[in-house]
Amino acid sequence: MNQTRTKEQARESKPRVAVFKFSSCDGCQLALLDAEDELLEVAGGIEIAYFLEARRQTLEGPYDVSLIEGSVTTPEEKERISDIRGQSKFLVTIGACATAGGIQALRNWCDVDDFIRLVYATPSYISTLKASTPIIEHVPVDFELKGCPINKYQLLDLITSLVIGRQPRVPTYSVCLECKRKGTPCVLVTKGIPCLGPVTQAGCGAICPAFNRGCYGCFGPMESPNPYALGERFAELGMPASHIVRLFRGFTGYADPFRAASDSFQEMKR
Amino acid sequence: MANTAPNIGSQICISKDYLQPIFEALRKRNYRLIGPTLGEGAIVLDEIQETWDLPMGWTDQQQPGTYRLAQREDRSLFGYVVGPHSWKRYLYPPVQELLEVERRKDGISAQPIPQDVTRYAFIGVRPCDLSAIAIQDRVFMGGPHQDPHYRARRREVFILAVNCTRPGGTCFCVSLHTGPKAAAGFDLSLTELEDVLLVEIGSEMGKEAISAVSWRPAGAFELQAARQLLAEAENHMGRKLDTHHLPDLLYQNLEHRRWDLLDKRCLSCGNCTQVCPTCFCSDMVEISDLRGQKAKRVRLWDSCFSLHFSHVHGGNIRPSIRSRYRQWLTHKLAFWFDQFGQIGCVGCGRCITWCPVGIDLTEETRAIQMEGTK
Repeated sequence: MNQTRTKEQARESKPRVAVFKFSSCDGCQLALLDAEDELLEVAGGIEIAYFLEARRQTLEGPYDVSLIEGSVTTPEEKERISDIRGQSKFLVTIGACATAGGIQALRNWCDVDDFIRLVYATPSYISTLKASTPIIEHVPVDFELKGCPINKYQLLDLITSLVIGRQPRVPTYSVCLECKRKGTPCVLVTKGIPCLGPVTQAGCGAICPAFNRGCYGCFGPMESPNPYALGERFAELGMPASHIVRLFRGFTGYADPFRAASDSFQEMKR
Repeated sequence: MANTAPNIGSQICISKDYLQPIFEALRKRNYRLIGPTLGEGAIVLDEIQETWDLPMGWTDQQQPGTYRLAQREDRSLFGYVVGPHSWKRYLYPPVQELLEVERRKDGISAQPIPQDVTRYAFIGVRPCDLSAIAIQDRVFMGGPHQDPHYRARRREVFILAVNCTRPGGTCFCVSLHTGPKAAAGFDLSLTELEDVLLVEIGSEMGKEAISAVSWRPAGAFELQAARQLLAEAENHMGRKLDTHHLPDLLYQNLEHRRWDLLDKRCLSCGNCTQVCPTCFCSDMVEISDLRGQKAKRVRLWDSCFSLHFSHVHGGNIRPSIRSRYRQWLTHKLAFWFDQFGQIGCVGCGRCITWCPVGIDLTEETRAIQMEGTK
């Protein structure tokens, strides 16, 4: 391989990448480790400065790119995210937790103290915030990679785009376009299965409908979502308002358009 | 009678059992057979080997936003209408890798990626879809800038058309004069009668395929039976579209309040454009390796309902769902005339059936027609 840049130059210019975890299940970080075939190339193209799940060695900031997994649920996390923002040139949130508050944002519609009393023997040990919130509510975010978990090819494309210096290629249209390219007959139309695909951002490759299930909305709202009209269709098909509320309040239920839709169906229930 | 080949344009009768030898004759000539078959919850298009792969005895019930498979009381081979797939899947695939680009010492090299050159035999093409193929022929091969990949595949296609004797709940081919009987553009065309298949020979290739089986000229009884079935079909269209002065009407109603209602109902999911057999828009994406040494150019089906589709320098020219739905409908029914000299809709009803919320373009058009300029 005869390259124009020398190895030294390449090493110097390698972007320093850090991966940080907040309140999350670690699944999105695993997407990076899951990119087995590409991992060596990734490791060659960037410098992994901080990634506790993959590397014992940790390097001090500042970082060129920080990938943030998880939502903010504790006072400590609130402080930590602003510290990381201060050390990061690009801050990219990855996954439903970091971009929308995650499944744990279900607490946002309840009293978290009730849960604490119910679950923990000594509730006073627990220090937590009332709500689980996406990173963007706390610090400016440069790019969001959605999904529960994220799609590893989108992550690789994002890293590539940062290394090369081009725009990431992450489509924001609906899951339906992926279903149609695959040729999966629509589960909503053929079986009346409630599916969030039409209001959810593409990226997963339309997995669930291919296995005869409706979309759970893991990738969050698509670019111009109309969840209210879809919810009305579910109601027409005989779905009770309480189910519609539950459907929208899934992995990305706290994301604005889904939250608004679920709240209005909640009102209807009353 | 089997020894002399029937003439092009003639109508003959064959036994339903003889479809199989025709399939075999086509396969012997290196055709890959694509036809209707039972998929997950719907009749889809896929590779078929034999008559048994056809959804014999099945039918579909279609309404806005709803499609259900159902069993028929007879063993008809073609007792259903079009499903979610259209033939554009094969002539203009949803994902096409076009080009590989590599950075080299002496510059950049670009190599076209070899295309799928399968010889397809399309089995069971409905008259509306025949018209749709003709429309896409015009789009991809009509002008000075032709699509070589489409052309290469299209040139090889064998078409066995099937006339519709049982229209679906969202069908309106009669309004657009595309059905229920195939007029042209096929190699063979069938009308399924109770006991036999009435076959019209459309081309030399069709003649060759039929030479594999024994046949007899169609009798007055069969011709009459087919005429009657097709006349009944004409009277049982699920939908109607009045195309009278349509472009002008739509142009005069670009600010009609119906578009505001659609803004609330439409999901902008793009399903209508994906199932439409004439929609042809695509997006070009580049996928590069991590070091920026190699890149691949891929063409994907796109949709005018996607925001990026109407993003131009300085911003988006169709930011609202209202404007995107209007763009789609007025393109189909109005400025397709200006662009290609004909209407862009064939009345297959797919956009109505496969819209998750059941928006019906015939109903939307009628609302504007009824209420006039507002």
